[in-house]
Amino acid sequence: MSVAMSAAELEEVPLLEVTGLTRRYGARIGCADVSFALWPGEVLGIVGESGSGKTTLLRCLAGELQPQEGRALYRGEDGETDVLALPEPARRRLMRTEWALVHQNPRDGLRMGVSAGANVGERLMAVGWRHYGRIRETAGSWLDRVEVDPGRMDERPTAFSGGMQQRLQIARNLVTGPRIVFMDEPTGGLDVSVQARLLDLIRGLVRSYGLSAIVVTHDLAVVRLLADRLLVMKDGRVVETGLTDQVLDDPQHNYTQLLVSSVLRV
Amino acid sequence: MSGLITVNSARKRFVLHTQGGVEIPVMREAALDVAAGECVALTGASGAGKSTLMRMIYGNYLADGGSIRVDGVEIVGASPRVVAALRRDRLGYVSQFLRVVPRVPAIEVVAEPLLALGTPAEEARACAGALLGRLAIPEALWPLSPLTFSGGEQQRVNIARGFVHPYPVLLLDEPTASLDGANREIVLSLIEEAKARGAAVLGIFHDAAARARVADREVDVSVFAPPEAPPRAAQTASA
Amino acid sequence: MTEYNFAYLDERTKKMIRRALLKAVAIPGYQVPFSSREMPMPYGWGTGGVQVTAACLLPEDVLKVIDQGADDTTNAVSIRKFFEKTAGVATTTETEEATIIQTRHRIPEAPLTEKQILVYQVPIPEPLRFLEPRETETRRMHALEEYGLMHVKLYEDISRHGHIATTYAYPVLVEDRYVMDPSPIPKFDNPKLSDCAALQLFGAGREQRIYAVPPHTSVVSLDFEDHPFERGSAGADCALCGASDSYLDEVITDDRGGRMFVCSDTAFCRARRRAGYVGLLAAPYEEGAA
Repeated sequence: MSVAMSAAELEEVPLLEVTGLTRRYGARIGCADVSFALWPGEVLGIVGESGSGKTTLLRCLAGELQPQEGRALYRGEDGETDVLALPEPARRRLMRTEWALVHQNPRDGLRMGVSAGANVGERLMAVGWRHYGRIRETAGSWLDRVEVDPGRMDERPTAFSGGMQQRLQIARNLVTGPRIVFMDEPTGGLDVSVQARLLDLIRGLVRSYGLSAIVVTHDLAVVRLLADRLLVMKDGRVVETGLTDQVLDDPQHNYTQLLVSSVLRV
Repeated sequence: MSGLITVNSARKRFVLHTQGGVEIPVMREAALDVAAGECVALTGASGAGKSTLMRMIYGNYLADGGSIRVDGVEIVGASPRVVAALRRDRLGYVSQFLRVVPRVPAIEVVAEPLLALGTPAEEARACAGALLGRLAIPEALWPLSPLTFSGGEQQRVNIARGFVHPYPVLLLDEPTASLDGANREIVLSLIEEAKARGAAVLGIFHDAAARARVADREVDVSVFAPPEAPPRAAQTASA
Repeated sequence: MTEYNFAYLDERTKKMIRRALLKAVAIPGYQVPFSSREMPMPYGWGTGGVQVTAACLLPEDVLKVIDQGADDTTNAVSIRKFFEKTAGVATTTETEEATIIQTRHRIPEAPLTEKQILVYQVPIPEPLRFLEPRETETRRMHALEEYGLMHVKLYEDISRHGHIATTYAYPVLVEDRYVMDPSPIPKFDNPKLSDCAALQLFGAGREQRIYAVPPHTSVVSLDFEDHPFERGSAGADCALCGASDSYLDEVITDDRGGRMFVCSDTAFCRARRRAGYVGLLAAPYEEGAA
């Protein structure tokens, strides 16, 4: 019976299947031949140092860069699509609805000249919500969920701390109920104590809303706490992959061992 | 062999690329069988491979060959998803050290495995509270991060987290270390209850008395040490 | 006639503008870039409107020019004289007699007919400009119909003032597709944009854009379901002609705070008085007077 349960769970198809994704900058490799799958409800960490290609990979998936080769098969509301082959309007719509991107610097992901409530409500208005009261109520409840005081929703993001701005960015992205959230160094630049709270918030949201997330970071402590599985990248390629605790506790590849042993322990 | 844990000819070596690629074999021909309702204690000198074998069964270390089956599912060579699925509701592990996200309250830490299984939050916290209470963690401490607790309290939180869901297979690494008499007693009772409900328990007990109390059999892992291999395996990661 | 080409512009320029106009009419509300010429007036004084009018004029046209509703302000008079000199067309101050009406910041009160063209002078054609300063981004938003930001502006108004605070240049949705800035007309005039029998053309000379609303096109002012668009009321009756639903100007009458409210559309007011309507402060209508 238990074996059957396991098999049934494995019938589940991946939410996203990336094959052979390659992005070159002239003769240089940004990322090469990257393949992986992402299942519903799991957090995938992509780690590597600067120049590993992890940010290039993220940008290709988020639609900011166009890779030269590869497919990204997404099983979404409209069935199965190769996201990399979508025309720009459809791609942009996807990034506003079923997918989301949380930038490292919240200022890149927020409108600083507009109130917090409007920031969170914008995606709703972009998909056709036209009832002011309901937009405001939904925005307020999301601010609450990311532990920002809804009473501050008429203030501009400039009045918030860095950690609050990051949480505001997360609320802005999650308000339309995306299925995949891409995060680029979500705790980078934040105070250590603020990072901890943010990580826990992200874990909670991932669990409560059944999100899948791809978290790109160089910080192994972050992936240890946040990611279910890891991809380790070096020089544009994936060198190792597996369960987070296994990759960090029993690294097989040369580079992974170097990475793990280099982490300062406090 | 039809236990909930069956290990056959499992082997493992570490290859230390950062030290010139030196190979350190740590285990060969490991064999083990733990049936439902049984508790087996792993014994052997410090560094002999007790924790290593336990981690291999949990999927935290990769076995190089042989077979490790948990509740009928083959772990060796399994995809990460298979192992993750097992760990969610069938395979529990209480390590020696508590590792948690900072600033998360103790009650949330303990409730986590139930929440991951979709248990409603109130119910999960109620179960967590019941266990914490049983393990003599005062209610005043429940909203605090366990990282601020004493070693013994942290261990009890760790144990509570391991027992909050009735795993059919339990791996316990030194569950009574740093516990005083009364608390050790509670933990041993939890283990006996787990056995009574049909769980297969594999444990490492430094304390001979505890071992004698709950273990039905002992397996000395030194017999699985590779010949002429240094008894202490160089490890690249800490617990 | 004079030494100018008919209506000042050379034929090639008129051809270029007409092509832009045709494109604009074919895509209601879409801003068509055009090669704005140097005109004998500075930018900001109606060069866009003048170029559109010049490209449309035929010798048999009758031209009316108004500025804030009045035929007799400096700008209206200058532009009217400009076309009298360079095109030799008949001009009028009566709305019903005109075939082309160039206007700054108002729509005439009297309903227009299918024989008329209304040419608007536009300062900033891009409705999203103050929210998104990048031209590359606003073009993309129009192309991809991404207008969430437009509603963000209205949302901010309501959160800050309790209601939508925009009172002129109120953004509209044309034929359910393009969001358009109707030029700085008061929102009171917005309903007249929709299903209008006349052809409406918009020219922005400094920004080099032309757009259009063909006759009988749907033009809807943006709003929220629970904060619907309100054009507002006139507020009072015209002191001269007694009209109760005409957009009014405030006129200071003395240095002791005396003032009166009269129709901004001078031709409309005059026509009413000629027909015998009298407001509270009016003297009886005299032929030849203002």
